[in-house]
Amino acid sequence: MAGMTGILQTKRNQMIALAVLGVLLFILPFAAGALGQAWVRILNITLLYVMLALGLNVVVGVAGLLDLGYVAFYAVGAYTWSLLASAHFDLHYPFWILLPLGAFLAALAGLLLGTPVLKLRGDYLAIVTLGFGEIVRILMNNFDKVGLPWSDETYNITNGPRGITGIDGLNFFGFKISKGLELFGLQITPLQLYYFVFLAFTILSIIGVSRLQHSRIGRAWQALREDEIAAKAMGINTRNVKLAAFAFGALTGGLAGGLFASMQGFVSPESFGLLESVMILAMVVLGGMGHIPGVILGAVLLSAMPEVIRYAADENMQQKIFGIVLIAPEVLRNLIFSLAMILIMLFKPAGLWPSPEKK
Amino acid sequence: MDVLLQQIVNGLVVGSVYALVALGYTMVYGILQLINFAHGEIVMIGGLTSLFAAKGLLAMGAPPLLALLVAILAAMIACAIVGVLIERIAYRPLRNAPRLAPLITAIGVSILLQQLAILVFGRNYFSFPELISKAPIVFGPITVTLNEIVILLTSFGLMAALLWLVHNTKVGTAMRATAENQKVAGLMGIDINKIIAITFAIGSGLGAIAGVMVASNYGQAHYYMGFMLGLKAFTAAVMGGIGNLWGAMVGGLILGLVENVGLIFVRGDYKDIFAFVVLVLVLIFRPQGLVGERVAERA
Amino acid sequence: MADMLFTAEGVTKRFGGVTALDKVSMEIPRASIFGLIGPNGAGKTTFFNTLTGLYQVDEGKFTFDGKPLNVKAPHEVAVVGIARTFQNIRLFGEMSVLENVMVGRHVRTKAGAFGAIFQTPATRREEAEITQRAHELLDYIGLSKRAGDKSRTLAYGEQRRLEIARALATDPKMIALDEPAAGMNATETIALRELIERIANDGTTVMLIEHDMRLVMKVCQHLAVLDYGRKIAGGTPAEVQRDPAVIKAYLGGAHTEVTK
Repeated sequence: MAGMTGILQTKRNQMIALAVLGVLLFILPFAAGALGQAWVRILNITLLYVMLALGLNVVVGVAGLLDLGYVAFYAVGAYTWSLLASAHFDLHYPFWILLPLGAFLAALAGLLLGTPVLKLRGDYLAIVTLGFGEIVRILMNNFDKVGLPWSDETYNITNGPRGITGIDGLNFFGFKISKGLELFGLQITPLQLYYFVFLAFTILSIIGVSRLQHSRIGRAWQALREDEIAAKAMGINTRNVKLAAFAFGALTGGLAGGLFASMQGFVSPESFGLLESVMILAMVVLGGMGHIPGVILGAVLLSAMPEVIRYAADENMQQKIFGIVLIAPEVLRNLIFSLAMILIMLFKPAGLWPSPEKK
Repeated sequence: MDVLLQQIVNGLVVGSVYALVALGYTMVYGILQLINFAHGEIVMIGGLTSLFAAKGLLAMGAPPLLALLVAILAAMIACAIVGVLIERIAYRPLRNAPRLAPLITAIGVSILLQQLAILVFGRNYFSFPELISKAPIVFGPITVTLNEIVILLTSFGLMAALLWLVHNTKVGTAMRATAENQKVAGLMGIDINKIIAITFAIGSGLGAIAGVMVASNYGQAHYYMGFMLGLKAFTAAVMGGIGNLWGAMVGGLILGLVENVGLIFVRGDYKDIFAFVVLVLVLIFRPQGLVGERVAERA
Repeated sequence: MADMLFTAEGVTKRFGGVTALDKVSMEIPRASIFGLIGPNGAGKTTFFNTLTGLYQVDEGKFTFDGKPLNVKAPHEVAVVGIARTFQNIRLFGEMSVLENVMVGRHVRTKAGAFGAIFQTPATRREEAEITQRAHELLDYIGLSKRAGDKSRTLAYGEQRRLEIARALATDPKMIALDEPAAGMNATETIALRELIERIANDGTTVMLIEHDMRLVMKVCQHLAVLDYGRKIAGGTPAEVQRDPAVIKAYLGGAHTEVTK
C-alpha cells in the first residue's frame, strides 16, 4: 500500500489513476455481464454494501459508537419502498418521493434509537442497538396481523415472513428500467442499468461522507470517539453530536435499502437479520475504521469474497481436484470466510487499510 | 392466577439456563472487557457432544443415569478445551489491539464453530434421548417434569458453587484481582494467562452444562441452537450489569421470568421482542445494569 | 477594587457525609495569573469540577465576567468562556495535531451538516478561518512542524502544550490549567512558564492548579491555598509563603496517604 500511496503523491498521477478507475468502473458491468447476469447482481449488491459500510462507518468508525443493529435502517428504507411501490397496497409512488422518504424515515428511526441510548457507552450501547435491530426484524415478521386491542380485526401491513413481492423497479419518469436500454447499438440489461444508478449513489455517498468527516461536525464526531470528557470541555454538545451521527448513518442505510428493494423486487425480514449487521460491521473494522478507502475495500472484499469462493469451491472444482466432493460448497465457503476474518484481524488488528499516520 | 404460577415456574427453569450461559459471558467480560461472541456456540457444542455421547452409551447398553453423567462430563471437557483454545488462538494475540478487533475475531470464531459443527455433526435436528423422566408431575395448579426440577436445582447448585469458588479460593481471588487490574495482579505474581485460561475453561464448562440442559429440555439439538440462546444470555448479562456475577444470575432469571410471564399478555410471536424491550427499559433507567455499580465519571 | 473576572463566594460541596469543599471564596483579577494550590486531596480538583459543571454546588455561587456562572452541563463552560486542560492529558490521540486545535474552534463556529455536504460558500469561508486560526495557535506554542502528525505521537511536553493550544482555540476569557507541569523536566517547565506568562500578557486570565511550588511562586500574582476543603490562606506568593497555616499544611506532615 505504501508504494501505491507514493505514486499517488502528485496531482497529475492522481488524475490519471482516477481516470483509469473511472474507465474500469464503466467496463465492469459489461465484463461481468459476459459471465452472466448473476455476476452483475453481485456487483450491484457490492455497491449497496459499500454504501452501508460507509454509513455505519460514520457511527462506528468516526463517532466511535458501536452499533450492532445497523441493518434495521436498511430495512426501514427497503420496506418504505416496498410498501409504497408494489402490488401489496397497490400504491406506486415514484422514486423521487420514495428514496428521500425512506432515507428520512430511517434517519428518524436513528434518532428514535439514539435518544434513549445516549447515556450508554461501549458494549451496553452495542447490545441495545442489537436489540433494536432484532425488534425491527421481529415487527416486520409479525406485522402481517396487526390487531387493535378493542377489535378482533387484524391488518396485514408487512405480509410477515412471506415478504413483499412484485415491487416496482426504479422507473425514471415513464422509463421502465425492467425493459433495459439500447444505446448506440449497445444492449444494456436492467441489472446493468441498476449498476450505474447504484454507482452514482455510491459516489455521492463517498463524497458526502468524506466531506462530513472533514468538517466541523466530523471533527466533533472524532473528538467524541477519542475522548468524550475532553470533547465536552471543548464545548461540544455531545448529545446533539451523537444524535447527528446516528441520523446520518441511518440515512445512508435507508437510501441503500430503497435501492435494494427496487432491484430485488422482493423483500422479506430474512434479509435483515443480526448477521447482516455483523457483516457490515466486519466490513468497517476489517477495512480500517474511520478511513473511507479502507472501509470501501472492506465492503468490496467481504461482499465479493463469498461469491468468489462459492465459485471456486463448487462441487465441480472439488471433483476435478480431489475426485470427490469433500465438503458441501456452502459450508466450505463459510469456513474460508470466517477463517479469513479471524486471520486478517490477527495479523492486521487496525484493519487492512487504516488511516495513515501522517496527514 | 394458575397460569401465572405456571409461567413463573417455566420462567425460572428457562431463566436459570440463561443465567448459566450469562455467567460465561460476564466472567470473560469482567476480565477482558470482551464480548465473547462465540460463547453461544460453546453451548451448542456442549449440547451436541452430550447428545452423541449419550446416544452412543445407551446403544452400548449403559443405564440412562450413567449415560447422562458421562455425557455431561464429555461435553464439559470438550467445551473447556474449545474455550481455552479460542482464547489462546483468537483473543490473546489481540489483548492490546484496538477494542473492536477481538470482537470481529469473536464473530469469526462463532461462524467458524457453526460450520465445523455442521462438518462434524451435520445439519440435522437431532433428538435428545429422554434420560430423566419428562412425565408431567402435578403440584396443585403447577405441572412440572422431573427433568425441569433437576435443571433448576443443578443450575442453582452450580451458581452457588461458582460464587464460592470466586470468593473463597485462591484461584477465585486471583480471578477477582485480574479483573480489577491486570497489571497490578501481574506484579503481585499472579500468572495472568493462566487465570484467563481458567476463566474460559470454567465459563465454557458452565456453558456445556447449559447446552445439555437445553438439549434435554427441548429434546433436541442442532448446530444453530447456540445463536439465539447466546444472544438472550448476553442480553441478560448486560441487563444485570456486565462483569458482575450476581448481575448475570439476576439478569438471567429476570429475563426468563419476563419472557414467560409476558406470554400471558402478548402473543408468542412477540416473545423475543419482549426480552429486548425490557433490556432497553432497564438500561435507560439504570445505565449500569440492575446490579452493576455506577462508575463515577472521572475528570 | 480591581476588575474581577471570576469570583467564588462560600462554595460548599458535600459527597454524602463528607464536606469536600467548605465555604470556599476567591477572586481572580482579569488578565492575571492565579494559582490554586494545596496538598493532595485538598479539594482543588473538586473545586475545579464544580466550577466546570461536572458537579453542582450545594451552597454558594460563582460569578464570571460580571454574570452569575450557572452551568448545568460540562459543555456549557466552554461557551461561557472558560477552557481547561487535564491533569492526565486528554488529547484526541488519533486526530492530527492541527485537527486537535481545530476541534477547539467548534464552540465559536456554527457550520452544520448541510453546509459541509454541499460545501456552501459560508462553510468554506468558516473552514478556512478555522484552519488559519489553528495554524496561528500552533505557531504560538511552537508546534507548527508537527501539524500533520497524529497527536499521540507527540512527546509528553509537546502534548501538554498542544492541550493548551486546543483550549486557547475556544477563545476563552479564562484558561484553567490542571497541573500542567506534572511530569515535565526542568527545561520543559521553563518553556511552560514562558508560555503561561505570554498567555496572560495577551489578555487571557490563567488559573493554575499546581503542585510545583517553584512554578507557582514564580509565575502567579495571586494564590489561594486549599486544605481539607477549606481555604486556609490567600494573597500574593510572598504573603502566602509566610503564612503559618500554609507552612503547617505543607510541612506539618499531618496528611497520611489513604490507601484503598
